[in-house]
Amino acid sequence: MAAPAAEVRVEIASDDDVVAARQAGRRLAEQLGLALTDLTLIATAISEVARNITAYAGCGEIVVRQIEQRGRSGVEVVARDEGPGIEDIERALQDGYTTGGGLGIGLPGARRLMDDFAISSHVGRGTTITMTKWAPA
Amino acid sequence: MPVPILKQGSVLIASIQTALTDTDVLRLQNKLIEQVGRYRSRGIVVDVAAIDVMDSFVARSLRAIAQMTRLRGAEMVLVGIQPEVAFAMVQLGTSLEDVHTALDLEEGLALLESLGGEAGRHGGPGS
Repeated sequence: MAAPAAEVRVEIASDDDVVAARQAGRRLAEQLGLALTDLTLIATAISEVARNITAYAGCGEIVVRQIEQRGRSGVEVVARDEGPGIEDIERALQDGYTTGGGLGIGLPGARRLMDDFAISSHVGRGTTITMTKWAPA
Repeated sequence: MPVPILKQGSVLIASIQTALTDTDVLRLQNKLIEQVGRYRSRGIVVDVAAIDVMDSFVARSLRAIAQMTRLRGAEMVLVGIQPEVAFAMVQLGTSLEDVHTALDLEEGLALLESLGGEAGRHGGPGS
């Protein structure tokens, strides 16, 4: 595709937005030619991080974009909020750990669904999750 | 968007047609639990063939529906999980081991029939 890198941005404030974000991400990944299984993995991961925004921060945003790195192309998802932040990131990435009454598999699950996964979080200032799924070479 | 629930004999069939918000999922949960009692249903089939994302919230809610249904004296069968959705669920860690599943609606109804028979809860011959 010769067009400039595509990007979609979805404000997250309600559970409708969670659905809108994962659908937008899925569409973008589809345009980039990712396989059906990868589209599903990306959409599911977006759903998890978007719900974390509504559950813990109240509002935030999801940005999904095409990226190119060392000749590979992929889909990068950035989930950003200015919520309470995560006190213990390592524990938040453990299965079964939750402070919100869920199953505690959202973050570790999203990490397993994607190829790359990074969290930066500051207590009282917010959380940014950046995750990538690479298209097969 | 609300999920239509059909009553077919002693079975309720909830066929999810579009992407569900968390609110929709909770509404479905409440409606099914209420209708199981109202119609004295023996079973519920939840058809998720049209669903392209089964995240942890939906999985948790479906498991809750299955458990509540059992507490109400009936059984729930989840049908229609698409192959790529199954793949994503396993990666995510929501395997739903304690929930009955079947390939499609037909298999789901057959499974309910056999579950009803084994439990012997209804005395006479099945409908």
